[in-house]
Amino acid sequence: MAETKSMGPQEDLNNVLVQLAKILPPRIIDDLRNRLSNMEITKEQLANLTRILVNEYYKMLIDPGEAIGIVTAQSVGEPSTQMILRSFHFAGLREFSMALGLPRMIELVDARRKPSIPMMMIYLDEEHRKDPNKAQEVAYKVQLTTIENVTKSVEIDYINSQIIIEIDKNELNQRGLSMEDVRKVVERIKGKGARVEIEDNVIRVTLEEADIIKLRRVRDKIMQTRLAGIKNVKKSLVRYSERDGEWIIETEGTNLEAVLTIDGVDYRRTISNDIHEVAEVLGVEAARTVIMRELKKVLDQQGLDTDLRHLMLVSDVMTWTGKVRQVGRHGVVSEKESPLARAAFEVTVKNLVEASIKGEFENFRGVVESVLAGKYIPIGTGIVQLLMEFE
Amino acid sequence: MATQAEKTSIREEEIPLKTIKAIKFSILSPDITRSLSVMEITTSETYDEAGRPMVGGLMDKRLGVVEPGARCETCGNPPDKCPGHFGRIELARPVIHVEYSKYVHDLLKTTCRECGRILLTDDEIEKYRRRLEKLRIRWKLLADRLIERIRKKAMERTVCPHCGAKQYRVRFERPYTFYEERENGVLERLDPMKIRERLEKIPDSDLELLGWDPKAARPEWAVLTVLPVPPPQVRPSIQLETGQRSEDDLTHKLVDIVRVNEKLRTAIESGAPSSVVDQLWDLLQYHIATYFNNELPNLPPVKHRSGRPLKTLAQRLKGKEGRFRGSLSGKRVDFSARTVISPDPNLSINEVGVPIDVAKMLTVPMTVTEWDLDLARQLVLNGPEVWPGANYVVYPDGRRVDLRYFRDRRELANKLAPGFIIERHLINGDIVLFNRQPSLHRMSIMGHLVRVLPGRTFRLHLAVCPPYNADFDGDEMNLHVPQNEEARAEAKTLMLVQNHIITPRYGGPIIGARQDYITGGYLLTKKDTFINKEAIVYLLAAAGYDGDIDEPAIMYPKELWTGKQLISMLLPKDLNWIQSTAIRESCKDPYNCYTDEYLIIVNGYMAAGVLDKKSIGAEQVDSLWHVVVKRYGNSYARKWVDSILRSLVRFLDLRGFSMGIDSLEMPPESYRELDKLYDDSEKKVLEYIQKFKEGKLEAEPGLTIEETLENDVTIELSRVREAAARVAEKYINKDGEAYIMAKTGARGSIVNITQMVAMLGQQTIRGERFKRGFSGRTTAHFEPGDLGPTAKGFVRNNFKVGLTPLEFFFHAAGGRDGLVDTAVRTAQSGYMQRRLINALQDIYVAYDGTVRNASGSIIQTKYAEDGIDVSKSDHGKLNLDEIFRRAGLSR
Repeated sequence: MAETKSMGPQEDLNNVLVQLAKILPPRIIDDLRNRLSNMEITKEQLANLTRILVNEYYKMLIDPGEAIGIVTAQSVGEPSTQMILRSFHFAGLREFSMALGLPRMIELVDARRKPSIPMMMIYLDEEHRKDPNKAQEVAYKVQLTTIENVTKSVEIDYINSQIIIEIDKNELNQRGLSMEDVRKVVERIKGKGARVEIEDNVIRVTLEEADIIKLRRVRDKIMQTRLAGIKNVKKSLVRYSERDGEWIIETEGTNLEAVLTIDGVDYRRTISNDIHEVAEVLGVEAARTVIMRELKKVLDQQGLDTDLRHLMLVSDVMTWTGKVRQVGRHGVVSEKESPLARAAFEVTVKNLVEASIKGEFENFRGVVESVLAGKYIPIGTGIVQLLMEFE
Repeated sequence: MATQAEKTSIREEEIPLKTIKAIKFSILSPDITRSLSVMEITTSETYDEAGRPMVGGLMDKRLGVVEPGARCETCGNPPDKCPGHFGRIELARPVIHVEYSKYVHDLLKTTCRECGRILLTDDEIEKYRRRLEKLRIRWKLLADRLIERIRKKAMERTVCPHCGAKQYRVRFERPYTFYEERENGVLERLDPMKIRERLEKIPDSDLELLGWDPKAARPEWAVLTVLPVPPPQVRPSIQLETGQRSEDDLTHKLVDIVRVNEKLRTAIESGAPSSVVDQLWDLLQYHIATYFNNELPNLPPVKHRSGRPLKTLAQRLKGKEGRFRGSLSGKRVDFSARTVISPDPNLSINEVGVPIDVAKMLTVPMTVTEWDLDLARQLVLNGPEVWPGANYVVYPDGRRVDLRYFRDRRELANKLAPGFIIERHLINGDIVLFNRQPSLHRMSIMGHLVRVLPGRTFRLHLAVCPPYNADFDGDEMNLHVPQNEEARAEAKTLMLVQNHIITPRYGGPIIGARQDYITGGYLLTKKDTFINKEAIVYLLAAAGYDGDIDEPAIMYPKELWTGKQLISMLLPKDLNWIQSTAIRESCKDPYNCYTDEYLIIVNGYMAAGVLDKKSIGAEQVDSLWHVVVKRYGNSYARKWVDSILRSLVRFLDLRGFSMGIDSLEMPPESYRELDKLYDDSEKKVLEYIQKFKEGKLEAEPGLTIEETLENDVTIELSRVREAAARVAEKYINKDGEAYIMAKTGARGSIVNITQMVAMLGQQTIRGERFKRGFSGRTTAHFEPGDLGPTAKGFVRNNFKVGLTPLEFFFHAAGGRDGLVDTAVRTAQSGYMQRRLINALQDIYVAYDGTVRNASGSIIQTKYAEDGIDVSKSDHGKLNLDEIFRRAGLSR
């Protein structure tokens, strides 16, 4: 707050803001405070401003009865049809990554178990976020490094039943590892009856009574062994994020639980794009936010404008029960109260049969049920009921 | 029951009108089935030799009648009043209801084969019952989960804790066969009779633990002993032209059932060997199973004589054309019309042009009152042929007169009095609903005011094309006429076009200028456009302007006005607005830009800038047009856009605007530059390939060497195309129509121009360079293993010069791939939207501001955390700038 102002109006201003905070959402209050702190304003002007502001806010409030679910579904569904139409205009012309777009959107709404391209955004703590080299250090800790990644060449000496691995020291150093690390790992997995010798950067694993097939199997096993990093994290990339103004790590493959425990990682902001993983590690609220953000990302990337409020409602509908549910017959729809509404969507007969076993009631409280029965729809203008007093 | 006394016919008024309050689902018990039925079907014959329905047959008149003139023998009503009455078939042996067989299996697995108790100890039962009782009240989903657990637990028991009987595994073979697996591995068939006995033994209290409601559904009812027979209203027979009768699929199926049932009964009564009885029993089971569902797994569907599978009960309900989705959720309607659409820039955006032929067919009911008596008389006099007339007159007593067949209309007109209803033609100003499929959002159906016009097409304003996603290449649209005041009031206040200028998707205008309007706006407002007096009067008249004309910008030797002046006259006088234009290139400061790259409006005077897509276009947020809608309201905005767009299109008419090959002219040096670009790039690509072939190419992390090469080549080739685009933009005629359209956002883009004058670029299939065809090459014109640009579908030529045959082929293939992709993805996104709608449709904002679903559960405590309706917001926000401005605190 500007110090130059006299105390009187400043206190007034704060009072007004506190009062307004009871009515207006915090985001608007913050914005308002910022603006007002930079300007001289008289009491009358402030009163006038407040009046207009509150008035405008009330005008913008959503009406009771508004069929917001349908509006939301349309606002999310309609742009998805345009995702196709737009790319059609450049028939045949090269397009960027197809991993996003409609397939990803369907994946999200379906709440699929695993995303087709699992990714993490790893934010770093104070110490590491400013410096790309330090960020890279963390990245090496995160990225899965197998022996294969640091191997220059592998040979099998069939006569002596020996596997000879030549390690690339440069690679090793680059990843902040030493031959000692490699030795430990190789010894751990060599299994029974094998000898490990190390001289400089060559590892020799000698097996007793091994046939060709076994030798090869052992070689493959050694090559695939984890040296450092986290399971499932296939690739990591240190990138400067313009939006946040800091260095971050992007990874292909997710393992949120393991990443959050690594030193240097800012566990408050680090996130994965796997809804179920996030729900498990961080809770449903986090999963809700991820669904929302991921949907927004898809739409933004396609250059489509959809208000965040719609995506908010979609993700709320998917998560409000405390579990992540699919938008469809195995999720949201299957848990509807009305048997007719379920039957009218998909798997008609099964739903009717089950309703009869449980002796379910149809109370016509939703939209489809009411349409089926030819009743007024209990939403929108249909929510209004009048009580008339007869004299 | 079958001998019900004959009643006199019920009058329609006596049939009580009721609305459904609730439905309880349950299984029909044999007792209810019998008490529902008016007769037992005893013979499989439907008609005798004379063609009369057999007594005791499936077409017995006691079941109800459908043929006109006949009388129902149960209720005595003619076909239109008789609701139909159920009959029944008493089955000689019980059979399993297929749709319940899975649930029957669950019960057999979880209950004792001897005593019928659930396979849980008394303690467990008590524990679970108490928990279930509590969960049932509020947590239905948790209750379901608990039931699932109980079932799992009970299934594990192999010895009954109540009577100590050993349990055998019950094997279920879809769709309806059950076996018991004895210790020695012998399978023993459980016939429906045995199953029924076992189910009967299960006590009510145990059933509740397994999720059954014993009052609604005793499990033995799932094994049928008597089959209800629906009345002919449900399965009407149709008369073919040949005079032959053709029976409904259900009737065919029922005939089969009755026939087999008869045979089975005689076999049992005559003491036939058990193998014969079992065979017939199985056949009866098969027929009854397919009667319910003819698409069962492991069962051949019953076929019609022609080979077409019969449509039985489940098939009637299921799927898109089924009862639920096809007949109950969606219905055919009257008072609607459909025809081709065409544009009319002289209409208001609120209007729709209706062909006079359509206007004469569609009617609106009009109650005659003493104030409109004269009008009503005239309409009746005009009759159905002359517009505006009327097609029907309804007397106060409900009698309807069709004016087409009424001789003396004059007399009828004189008889008219308050209380009559006439169904008059559609006239100007009537509100109708206008719709274009696919109806993806609420702006796909909007209310329009009728304007009856000559011609045979619906006319609509071009600015409303974006919300409908309509164009005029043969699109058709539907029109619906609301038939009562309530519907008309809702259409007028909620659905009228002007109330949908702002879309709820992002809170910006979705209706607005496109194509020619944008070109017109640009050409009119750019700096070197001057209009003489004649033209400005003409344009202002077109806009419907009735104020004073501003002083001309140039007085001598001729009075000339600028285009900006014309627009200024049409702008509201208190409007101040600054924004960037679509043609903006380098200007940063609006106040120091001399090339019209910023639109500046001061007190309704257009000081600088041009009108283009950014300012008046559809789907542009924070634009001039958006501000006009927000500040001045829907009604004003509608009038404003009507008038300004009319003026713009008239200006374009006067000036003339057509694109030809000359607007794509490029100087020779530009082609030399392009050639050089391509040659350099080709050399580079060939270098990459050379390196690759020599094995010198290093793989990038995570990629194979082949992928690395492909990646490098692709990047290089798209770089050329971009360079070509820059060359094209450098040399293209800036005053050419093509460039104007691309730059102002009217149509096309620089990419399209590049393709026409410079280079088409890489053609792709599924986002990759061409690779299919012969082994190692795409066509026979290349060496196997050729990885160069031309061999993989790079088109270096442009449309103006023309493509080589090979390039043409690649382009066509790429285009086809795009079309296929579109078709596939449309289906995908359509299904996604259907699911979204189905999942979210019940959600509404309650009076307390919470967002709830049909059960009343709260989904959000305040809509979207701030309660702001996107369609009322300013691009999703509360615009503080605007509020400060209104409070007199701006800048």
